[in-house]
Amino acid sequence: MERDIAMTTQPATRRAAQSHIEAVRLESPFHPRFAALSQQNDWYSWAGYKAPHSLWDEEMEYFAIRSQTAVFDISPMVKYRIEGPGAEAFCNRLTLRNVAKLKPGKVQYTAWCDDEGHVLDDGTLFRLSASRFRLCCQERHLPWLLDSAIGFDVTVREETEEVAGLAVQGPTSCAVLKDAGLAGVETMKPFDIRVFPFGAGEVTVSRTGFTGDLGYELFIDAASALPLWDHLFAAGKLRGIRAIGYTALNRARIETGFIVANADFVTAEHAVRADRVRMPDEIGLDWMVDLDKPYFNGRRAIERARREGTLKHVLVGLEIEGNVPAEHAIVYHRKTKEAGLVTAAIWSPTGKRNIAIASLERPYGTRIVDDLWVEIYALRELRYQKLMKRAKIVERPFVKLARRTLTPPGDF
Amino acid sequence: MKTWDAIVIGAGHNGLVNACYLQRAGLDVLVVEKNDWIGGAATSRELTPGWLYSNCSYVCSLFRPEIMRDLELPRFGLQVIPYEGGAVFTQDGDYLASYRDHDAHRREFARWSPRDAEAYERYARDVTRQCRFIQPLLMRTAPDPASLRPRDLGELLYLGRKFGELTPSEMALTLRFWTMSISDFLDEYFETPVIKANLALSGIIGTALGPMSPGTAYVLLHHYMGEVDGSVGAWGYARGGMGAVTKALADSFVASGGTIRTGAGVDHVAVKNGRATGVVLASGEEISGKLVISNADVKRTFLKLVEEKELPEPFLRRVRNFKIRGSSGKVNIALDSMPEFPALPKDSPCLKGDMHFTDTVERMERGYDDWKEGRFSRDPFLDMVLPTTLDPTMAPAGKHFMSCFVQYAPPKIDGRDWTDADRDAFAETVISQIADYSPGFRDRIVHMEVRTPREIEAEVGLTEGNIFQGELTFDQLLFNRPVPGYAQYRSPVGGLYMCGSSTHPGGGVMGAPGRNAAAEILRDLKRPNRQMSDAHDVI
Amino acid sequence: MTSSESFDVIVIGGGHNGLVAATVLAKGGRKVLVLEAAEEVGGPARTQEFFPGYRASTAHVLNRLHPDVVKALGLSRHGLTFARADLASTALISPGRDPILLTGGWGEKIDGDVSETEKQAWLAMRAQLVRYAAILKPFLARLPPGLEGMSLSETLGFGGAALALKRLGTEDMRDFLRMMLMNVHDVAEEHLSGNLLKGFVAFEATLGSHLGPRSPTSLLGLYYRLTGEMAGVSGGQVVPKGGMGAVVAAMRKAAEAAGASTRTGAEVSRILVEKGSAAGVRLADGSEVRAPAVVSAINPRTTFIDLVGSSELDTGVVRKARAIRMKGNVAKLHLALSAVPAFRAPREALAGRLVIASSSEAVERAFNPAKYGEFSPEPVMEIVLPSLSDPSLAPAGACVLSANVQFAPYNLKGGWETGKPAFLAAIMAVLERHAPGIGRLVRHAELLTPADIEARYRMPGGHWHHGELQVDQMLVNRPFFGAERYATPIDGLWLVSAGSHPGGGISGVSGLNAARAVMKGRG
Repeated sequence: MERDIAMTTQPATRRAAQSHIEAVRLESPFHPRFAALSQQNDWYSWAGYKAPHSLWDEEMEYFAIRSQTAVFDISPMVKYRIEGPGAEAFCNRLTLRNVAKLKPGKVQYTAWCDDEGHVLDDGTLFRLSASRFRLCCQERHLPWLLDSAIGFDVTVREETEEVAGLAVQGPTSCAVLKDAGLAGVETMKPFDIRVFPFGAGEVTVSRTGFTGDLGYELFIDAASALPLWDHLFAAGKLRGIRAIGYTALNRARIETGFIVANADFVTAEHAVRADRVRMPDEIGLDWMVDLDKPYFNGRRAIERARREGTLKHVLVGLEIEGNVPAEHAIVYHRKTKEAGLVTAAIWSPTGKRNIAIASLERPYGTRIVDDLWVEIYALRELRYQKLMKRAKIVERPFVKLARRTLTPPGDF
Repeated sequence: MKTWDAIVIGAGHNGLVNACYLQRAGLDVLVVEKNDWIGGAATSRELTPGWLYSNCSYVCSLFRPEIMRDLELPRFGLQVIPYEGGAVFTQDGDYLASYRDHDAHRREFARWSPRDAEAYERYARDVTRQCRFIQPLLMRTAPDPASLRPRDLGELLYLGRKFGELTPSEMALTLRFWTMSISDFLDEYFETPVIKANLALSGIIGTALGPMSPGTAYVLLHHYMGEVDGSVGAWGYARGGMGAVTKALADSFVASGGTIRTGAGVDHVAVKNGRATGVVLASGEEISGKLVISNADVKRTFLKLVEEKELPEPFLRRVRNFKIRGSSGKVNIALDSMPEFPALPKDSPCLKGDMHFTDTVERMERGYDDWKEGRFSRDPFLDMVLPTTLDPTMAPAGKHFMSCFVQYAPPKIDGRDWTDADRDAFAETVISQIADYSPGFRDRIVHMEVRTPREIEAEVGLTEGNIFQGELTFDQLLFNRPVPGYAQYRSPVGGLYMCGSSTHPGGGVMGAPGRNAAAEILRDLKRPNRQMSDAHDVI
Repeated sequence: MTSSESFDVIVIGGGHNGLVAATVLAKGGRKVLVLEAAEEVGGPARTQEFFPGYRASTAHVLNRLHPDVVKALGLSRHGLTFARADLASTALISPGRDPILLTGGWGEKIDGDVSETEKQAWLAMRAQLVRYAAILKPFLARLPPGLEGMSLSETLGFGGAALALKRLGTEDMRDFLRMMLMNVHDVAEEHLSGNLLKGFVAFEATLGSHLGPRSPTSLLGLYYRLTGEMAGVSGGQVVPKGGMGAVVAAMRKAAEAAGASTRTGAEVSRILVEKGSAAGVRLADGSEVRAPAVVSAINPRTTFIDLVGSSELDTGVVRKARAIRMKGNVAKLHLALSAVPAFRAPREALAGRLVIASSSEAVERAFNPAKYGEFSPEPVMEIVLPSLSDPSLAPAGACVLSANVQFAPYNLKGGWETGKPAFLAAIMAVLERHAPGIGRLVRHAELLTPADIEARYRMPGGHWHHGELQVDQMLVNRPFFGAERYATPIDGLWLVSAGSHPGGGISGVSGLNAARAVMKGRG
């Protein structure tokens, strides 16, 4: 098969890269700061990067999100730069939402599908200018993006390692950024992007996040990552800025009802078992599917599945009796018939509810919504205590904070 | 004269697997082996003092974990150590490494092409899906589509149902996958020549096909099967060399009461009234047995060990037409020190795995063109390993054993037999290829054994030196292996069975043919088969 | 600018499949417009003057025009009839010996320089192959199997094939299943001993595809050939009177008689898609013609990638359309000769087909370089002297030589610009050995490489079949899964070229099948 866009590297470049094996786990541009703060030394691999599960105390890290300012390293997120006169048309054909409605300086949370309408990934699409976008996501998609670019006047480049990213989240985050000299940051609305000067360069800020709280995401040249960090932490000291790991973030995202690729659904290019893939309507992303826009990948399949009623699953929020988290529990109807699986669950510290995200097999969760139960195997001192607890389908987000969207944010 | 319940001809791994299962099921089993050592193509031999040579097969990649467990092979000393890496050296002085870590592997690919690095995910998914589809077939007897017996119909239905469980697009891909060349298949995913060469090699190892031959994508699956298994420690170097596999089998066999006679080459199978009654050794000695099971390939078994008059015409014709083609050789080398490969970083994990020097699919294919013309490849494809980097038992401390699997080498040179001069010239192509990438290599050589198809046939008894006992092409798979109508381990001669790699599912040190044959024999004997656990589920 | 005239169906491409589809649709009451980019319909079957007074067509032998097509179009009423007496022979020629002559349907009879044992071996093998091809034949006439479920009648159809298989008897059925995906070299080795016959079988199986005789699955090419019939005879071949142009003319007449309109010099630049459905076409001149159904009788890749465009397609479809392997391997040679060349063959054999393929190994050796983008230094070929059947194709006493020569890879390393003279010299050297003095008779030589064929007939890759006819590109995977039953992901857009099931050769089956599918669907 001929390729329009050959990506083969030049010999000098590839030789220079041979040494990558000397550090099997990559370190993010912010890693020296995280390493210095890490009392737990509890690292995991996020897409090949050393990333902290927790730095000093995972519960306190969670409360940093909800009460002060928490800083989470999002540099390992996969990033693609999409540029060219055809970039809008390309993104519109690629993703589910209408990119023509995405103005420069705005971000869209979106998802994209294969021909069969199965979700390849979800992510955020940044429209940096009329003809320049950045796609941030969990999995890698370069061949799909390049093949999708055929016939469009656009270039696609992977830029994960070049761009450092920091999520700055929490009630005081706006104040911290203001104190850091990002003038006018308080006027940014949710999903706004704005570029601020920083040092000799600039930092790109979006009012986005994964916590359901007031928050921002900052993107900067990898080389300027540490100066940015130092600047922020100096500015935020009085407002309690703290670095956090994934465990805390994960709690916040579950409270918000956000889903995570390859945790709450299996991405289409990774599913070894063909029945594990999901259509947007099966993971709660039906609202993204915009049938008023021009053709996009998977549209025919999605329309057909809707028309023929072949959608098999549905994603729901559950509230469960008691306080024992139901992670990966089986969901039953009438305590007997299997109806699905809990994909994520916690006791919500802020909502004070026992919450879960679950994937149910239709008609459970659509037509049949009552009399649902979860079977929790609680391991307590080497014995499973089996609990059958009533579960109720509830709205997501489980925790809704007014400060998330308030503009200008209050000066907490 | 004692009458054995069963006589197994050949102490190769399949013969021993078969013998073990039968012995454990309560039969009194004798294994006769022509060589003074056991193991067939899975041996470790001390060919020079202090060095153990895995001089035929060199990696334990497909051996079924169910068999290891049933026959208690770990108890009898079998340990398998995974490769730690691997590399293809490129002609421009660089290399493509294989790293075990998922992300390091991706970055290594990305060094060559960011696109290919990310394409690997989809490729791995598609190949894994195919492996998952066919893996359950390995340990089942293939149905006879021309038969109306309930069992065959049931198995056919099973096949149909398995296929039916695929989604339509998976079905379409499966049909393509089974019939494509590995080269065309890889072209749909990758753009970098060395990446394609690296992935293509599994499509040709052991076959008389080039990477551009349709059907080689399937051969790739055959080699990948061991990796999707999920049983850690099933893939890699057998500690103590490949002989450790057959030694464990033999010990297991003897411990359960079986008998092995080495130096007992079979001249022919004794047949009376259309039934096998035993074997007659080359010495003239007759051994009587109620059943005879041949681990030899189908051609050797029926064209050399059984008299023509005992065999019906269509069977004989099909055996003659069975394609069993020598395509590879071995160069085994004792080294007095670790060879250096300046292209690789020092202490690279690549040294502890398989290394190759063929960096394009075209070079592989041209190697095959030589084979078709009755020449060994002038620019051969090498699968080179240094097991001593992970297994200290095979050579004195600080010294190394190197195994080079070499492709292609035809069974005959220009239509005539190999000569010693041919063999030496063949070895020279190998040594000079290595020496091009490893300065001073020649000076490290303490001892070398060169095996062309001639030596492999003469010593191991594999017809034409074919390591799979028959090509893995569609016409010789499943119900066609080895020949249509006799693909269920039985033969036209009553009481005479086949258990070698000529039978389904084919070659590689897998053990499945031996095990499947034992299941069929016990079925014929109406004996319970409690020793054989079910094949592992693919979930 | 939109044409005021409206049509029910637009057929893009006036090759034989387009004409067949147009005729069937018009007979079915549809208002049909055929748009042909060239000045003449017929694609590579059209007859063209290549040197003053000399005419030839790129397709030169008819061996699989399907009887259903002949019937559906009423071609006999338009002057196209074939009788057993019209069947052409095949002569296997070799320097310094008399040819082996195969007559009837693919060597029903064998004569010439061949031993009695070899004759018997040939006849036995031929009978076996014809018998097995007959099992496969229905698969090629019908829609490919539907992986998402089939109608009862379709299922019964395949059940019928299974029954036919069962009727072969146990041993024959076993051999059938064994041989299905074998390579032709091994099959020939199993049956024959003479090099010339083995070479012929090897040539026949690989003609037009990127396979050598030793490539697994290459026997299928031969089965494909043997599923064709002419004058009711399996494997029969005809060098049509009046040249291949006469066949096209009859088809065009049939189309017009059925009421289809044909417009030549009308190049389609875009298929209009509105809300996921085909709505018509835009021509290169900017004008638009609207119709609720568009039938593409041109290459499937061109159809999707160039005419529909990726913005209306899923990325996977774009991927699949681009991954269709369609790099041609055959060059076409037209020689304007001042006299009939001195091939060592009887006069009646000269009017048929001559094959130069000295052994299976020779075919394999010719194939080897093609894998690496090099042409065969010793090409193999089939030759027809069409002017012997139709003297009007050449001046009086003169002769046209038309040959399919392989292997000539589309992507020649270094390009055809410089490669062509060298390849022509290689071909002429072979011809000279088989017809001494032929070089002196040449008044003009036209060598069409796959690159030329691509340019002249708008066939990407210069590939005869709009896609390699190999097993992984057959049935449900032709042209690719998702467009395998003539319908496409775009509602109202249909495919009918040789790139669709069952494949190439002038059979008209895909045109017929597709037209029927259109009529059952929304067309």
